[in-house]
Amino acid sequence: MSETGTETKGTEVKKDSDEKRVGVFVCECGVNIGGVVNTRAVADYIGTLPGVKVTSVNKFTCSDSGQADIQQKIKEHNLNRVVVAACSPKTHEPTFRACIEQMGLNQYFLEFVNIRDHCSWIHMWEKEKATEKAKDLIRMGVERAKLLEPLQASEVPVIDKALVVGAGVAGMQAALDLADMGFQVYLVEKEPSIGGRMARFDKVFPTNDCSICILGPKMVEVARNKNIKIMSYSEVKEVEGYVGNFNVKVEHKPRYLDIAKCTGCAKCSEACPVEVPYDFNEGFGTRKAIFVPFPQAVPLRAVLDKENCISCKACAKACERGAIDYDMKPTYSDINVGVIIGAVGFKTYDPEPKHDFGYGLYDNIITAMEFERLLNAAGPTGGHVVRPSDCKEPIRVGFVNCVGSRDKNTNIYCSGVCCMYTIKNAQLLKEKRPETDHTVMYIDIRTPFRGYEESYNRSRNLGVKFLRGRPVEVKEDPNTKNILVRVEDTLAGEIRNLEFDLLVLATGIVPHEGINQIQQLLKLSKAADGLLMEAHPKLRPVDTTIDGVFLAGVASGPKDIPYAVSQGSACASRATILLKNKKAITEGITAVANPDVCVGCGVCISMCPFQAIKMDEQAGKANVVKALCKGCGTCVTACPTGALEQSHFKNNQVLAQIKNVFKFQEVAV
Amino acid sequence: MSAEAAPAKTDGWEPKIVAFCCNWCSYGGADSAGMGRFQQPPTARIIRVMCSGRIDPLHVFNAFLEGADAVLVTGCHIGDCHYVNGNDKTKIKYKFLENVVRELGLEKERLQLNWISASEGEKFANFIRDVTAQIKKLGPSPLKPGGVS
Repeated sequence: MSETGTETKGTEVKKDSDEKRVGVFVCECGVNIGGVVNTRAVADYIGTLPGVKVTSVNKFTCSDSGQADIQQKIKEHNLNRVVVAACSPKTHEPTFRACIEQMGLNQYFLEFVNIRDHCSWIHMWEKEKATEKAKDLIRMGVERAKLLEPLQASEVPVIDKALVVGAGVAGMQAALDLADMGFQVYLVEKEPSIGGRMARFDKVFPTNDCSICILGPKMVEVARNKNIKIMSYSEVKEVEGYVGNFNVKVEHKPRYLDIAKCTGCAKCSEACPVEVPYDFNEGFGTRKAIFVPFPQAVPLRAVLDKENCISCKACAKACERGAIDYDMKPTYSDINVGVIIGAVGFKTYDPEPKHDFGYGLYDNIITAMEFERLLNAAGPTGGHVVRPSDCKEPIRVGFVNCVGSRDKNTNIYCSGVCCMYTIKNAQLLKEKRPETDHTVMYIDIRTPFRGYEESYNRSRNLGVKFLRGRPVEVKEDPNTKNILVRVEDTLAGEIRNLEFDLLVLATGIVPHEGINQIQQLLKLSKAADGLLMEAHPKLRPVDTTIDGVFLAGVASGPKDIPYAVSQGSACASRATILLKNKKAITEGITAVANPDVCVGCGVCISMCPFQAIKMDEQAGKANVVKALCKGCGTCVTACPTGALEQSHFKNNQVLAQIKNVFKFQEVAV
Repeated sequence: MSAEAAPAKTDGWEPKIVAFCCNWCSYGGADSAGMGRFQQPPTARIIRVMCSGRIDPLHVFNAFLEGADAVLVTGCHIGDCHYVNGNDKTKIKYKFLENVVRELGLEKERLQLNWISASEGEKFANFIRDVTAQIKKLGPSPLKPGGVS
């Protein structure tokens, strides 16, 4: 600890000297660590370990002054290894790597010890034991640090093209922004038309704009942009490669008609004799087996639903341009892109299987999405809200909030948008038919953003009633088919028995079935709510842990439209950093084969999922292709001779930690 | 430390557990446990590797030889591996490890496998709590060398 700076300066520190000179920087993280762990005692103990030349305790090691302290001590004590004991390397390792690199140290000479998330935060009431644990953890880190070896992060070229998966409003925004910056974008959408969920909404809160009137022009803009290639009715099937160079296989599902010949005139639809429930209208009304998805669809082309087609060939006869092809097979495109933006969307909670609040048991209970389609002028009833049992226009309408949200039996999270769309829906019907009577049954009304509270007030001024309570019993009057609701008005402290002509359930946001596939293809993490996880919830909200892969929209948590659009733009901006620089820095951690020890058994080759190990047939030795190796280290464990090592996680480095869990023990290099 | 908030003081012996975590899932799960302030006994010492596939039998046995009362092998849920299928290989290796641990005469509770995602902080904390309770009943590992606690 008493060593001071020597004459060694400048570039010479870049060379790894035999003498390991470790500096240990213990962070208090305000009181996050310092309030539990006795950081001074920890630093004093760690200072006694051989090779530790200096220890330092900082209030915030990540702050400017904390980093300056590290840099100054590197200089003063001629340190060649740095141990930072603070929060999680998952958030702060890059910060300190950059900090020591500025001083001419190899960035892999940093060892990061987590004494906050893994210690002070989880042992809040056991200060002494937490302090002892922190000593153990840092001792493990110090001994590992002494064995760390310099590595070279590699630079990879970035193909200046992007893939956007999902053409809802978030994906479209990302595609448009990137295209406007001059990059080529492939926009893959699994449905026959782009537009996503927003295309189905009637009006959007809080301004009550007509949804398709603001979305439609954007869809056309996407179609007209020469830098965007729309791949509708297509799905991503395979993703290989890494940041800068992803090879993606896209399947184009057969529409059973030539999209180049089809004009979207819908004569085929008129001729088709098959009628099936119209999914775009949430199952209300019917469509034909060959149909144009909706009037504003982009591309405005028909699609044949082979499952319901009876092969009568009426459509082929009706089509003046001979576009129909019943034998069409799926086709595939292989595309190379530098970045991928996932905007894969969501679905709404389905109350049918569990018959939440009687849904599916009684005719006159519908979901908010169904209500939305009934409100819509282009919907199944031309904008007349009617109840399913008798097609009469309801007078008394009840709304139940938090269906499939804020409920430990379904999803505990708040879907964030249901309060607002319920407020909007009640408002819209009240405006259309002032004689209607609306009651919203809620747990809490949440109106956090601009214009939302005003919209809530407007609903109340229009006479929409808000009742705090969750229905405990929902029944049907068998004669009138009216819905009888028993609910506790928790503000008045009374049980109320209410009768409605129509009951609307505000169903929440849930991940759709396709999310697992995209999660596995892109190797993303899923959060407890089943939606995809961002790299950091606060500071990297659209990044993922996979370099070059970004997330926009509801796929990473419930969001309203402005939030999803902002995320689309944010993704485009983040992706542009890579696309414009045309290069990315990748981790230097890979497997390394020692030809002197390798016997050419080939076990490692079968272990590697990335085909990164090739057998040099002539020499009979395994060879690691660094550009392909992702550095998982699975092959290393399988190697029977010890010829393979994983840099930065070499056996002696891991063993140094294991041996120091219990007491100080030096491990040979 | 306020007396009422503090858990009951245990005078007795506390086990020491070595937990191997993969960078992407279970290490993140341990971080999430911290972020959620899910309290757990201060018995585990986490060693981070990039993938559970890197957890070598050599590491596990060394941990026992050094004095670990239990060793935890953790990784991503099957199908969620950041490296496609490293955890599938961990599962196979684990079968082998289980057999050796039995041959060594160690109780099966001393070696445990668990898949924990980066969001499952509570699960991580519960796991540490459960293992600690199990090991406390068993007492120190018979392989523990003299001089370490």
